[in-house]
Amino acid sequence: MSEITPERVAHLASLARIALTEAEIEQLTGELGAIVDAVATVQQVAGDDVLATSHPIPLVGGMRPDEIGETLTTEQALAGAPDHDGSRFRVTAILGEEQ
Amino acid sequence: MSDGTGSARTSGASAGGTGSSSDLTRLSAAELSTHLASGEVSSVEVTQAHLDRIAAVDGDVHAFLHVNAAALETAAQVDADRAAGVSLPALAGVPIAIKDVLCTLDMPSTSGSKILEGWVPPYDATVVARLRAARMIPLGKTNMDEFAMGSSTEHSAYGPTRNPWDLTRIPGGSGGGSAAAVAAFEAPVALGSDTGGSIRQPAAVTGSVGVKPTYGGVSRYGAIALASSLDQVGPVSRSVLDAALVHDVIGGHDPRDATSIPESWASMEEAARRGASGESLKGLRVGVVTQLRGDGGGFQAGVSQRFSETLELLAGAGAEIVEVSAPNFEYAIAAYYLILPAEASSNLAKFDSVRFGMRADVTGTVEDVRGATREAGFGPEVKRRISLGPYALSAGYYDAYYGSAQKVRTLIQRDFASCFEQADILVSPSAPTTAFRFGEKMADPLAMYLNDVTTIPANLAGVPGMGLPMGLAPEDGLPVGLQLMAPAREDARLYDVGAGIEALLEQQWGGPLWAQAPALG
Repeated sequence: MSEITPERVAHLASLARIALTEAEIEQLTGELGAIVDAVATVQQVAGDDVLATSHPIPLVGGMRPDEIGETLTTEQALAGAPDHDGSRFRVTAILGEEQ
Repeated sequence: MSDGTGSARTSGASAGGTGSSSDLTRLSAAELSTHLASGEVSSVEVTQAHLDRIAAVDGDVHAFLHVNAAALETAAQVDADRAAGVSLPALAGVPIAIKDVLCTLDMPSTSGSKILEGWVPPYDATVVARLRAARMIPLGKTNMDEFAMGSSTEHSAYGPTRNPWDLTRIPGGSGGGSAAAVAAFEAPVALGSDTGGSIRQPAAVTGSVGVKPTYGGVSRYGAIALASSLDQVGPVSRSVLDAALVHDVIGGHDPRDATSIPESWASMEEAARRGASGESLKGLRVGVVTQLRGDGGGFQAGVSQRFSETLELLAGAGAEIVEVSAPNFEYAIAAYYLILPAEASSNLAKFDSVRFGMRADVTGTVEDVRGATREAGFGPEVKRRISLGPYALSAGYYDAYYGSAQKVRTLIQRDFASCFEQADILVSPSAPTTAFRFGEKMADPLAMYLNDVTTIPANLAGVPGMGLPMGLAPEDGLPVGLQLMAPAREDARLYDVGAGIEALLEQQWGGPLWAQAPALG
């Protein structure tokens, strides 16, 4: 039986920063429940002796020389922003009224 | 969706074109390269022929989200350099289509999402920069499932791409646009990206060739990330040799991608040319993966039939067919649909309504605006997966879900290692079915996920995989794909063996499979 309830979906949506509608929460409750039930089979497979793999091709290092290279200009970095003041990204209030 | 599309569509008034123009669109990149080098045709002529073809058929196919308005200008520069005696790379002047997941300086890059509508990146993906350095001509950006989440392009925010073999069916996904563009002769070659089969499955259902290189073999710098431990960029084409030519252009170490393998690589082109003789098939140990041949059901009869016939053909050519078992592949989809959402939820956090992309027109704090933007900007499949991610990663569930999935990944790697002790190359159908109809799997996300059953293991283990056509299914006349898998770093083996199989099959068919594709436009 799935552990996915509408309350849990609402919490997951807040973690994922999506303002879901009530109808979406209802639909996702069923869908995520079915998916979680299906993927739960992974718990049956590996014992404690099996190590986890996070990266398919292990590489050592992966560091480039610490040299100054090309970087974006302020203008380039701001070019795709929804709003800016010419040198910084502009956002709405970062604190709610109660704070 | 953009001015570029409009201008290209109207520029191709002689659509479908003259004999010579449509002939150019049926040539391979290798043939175009030869004709361009000898001066028989110009890059402007070749590029115009493809733009005309796009104008003629893309209204039906919808492979492109954006057509490059500067394509002819770029082609003219190549022609001018050639006329001036400048030494040019082999693929100079050959057009190529680019999946919209890749950042391009001069064209919008949306990854099929509304949240990035109209966004033009401030830099090129490394693979795009390499195409430009090779003097190839970017034709435009191709359609895809939103952020590469899907197997049908039905999850694109800009409407689906249609399969050139049957416009009532899906072209596969997520890279359905690139595969359809190549299959519909709108581009000789294209770039795709493959996280769980997004190059190989579209290739299968459109009768094309597609390669997912070894993880780390091709740079992901500037590829809009879906799941960073799985994503790989690769070529799409109508022939094994063409895929090899593009692979050689885009592959190799990139200091801007920390997962890029620093060693040098064998020439894929040489492997493909060598393999075409079929010599490599003699004595080759071909491993048939029991768990990927659909004996347990779920595979279309015509897919299984073509697969069995291909094995017989290989045996006839001197290959040794061995049955190999990979018992943990059974858990690959389950592991994938935990690892992918976990990584995707983290990667997609960057769409914060602050630095790029859309911002919803609502009042409130930055958190309110962010939530409303992501609600309006993401489609249903993206919402499903990035809600699942925090669940798999949350305290109390991490060990049971994400941790267990990563252990399954270890077991799948061990299965591959054991299979490659018994076989030089592994084979399976690329997808369990031919192209399905629009809407068929949209109501049931799990049914859609099952379509990736054959392709996901290679991503989890990081090994390279190739999809190539192995005929048409008797029951519906649609293309069926064969998948080849090689050990990590042995991508050249795919091209060697793939070219041999392609030559055998084409001998049997009396030409390439694409010659049987229906006319469009």
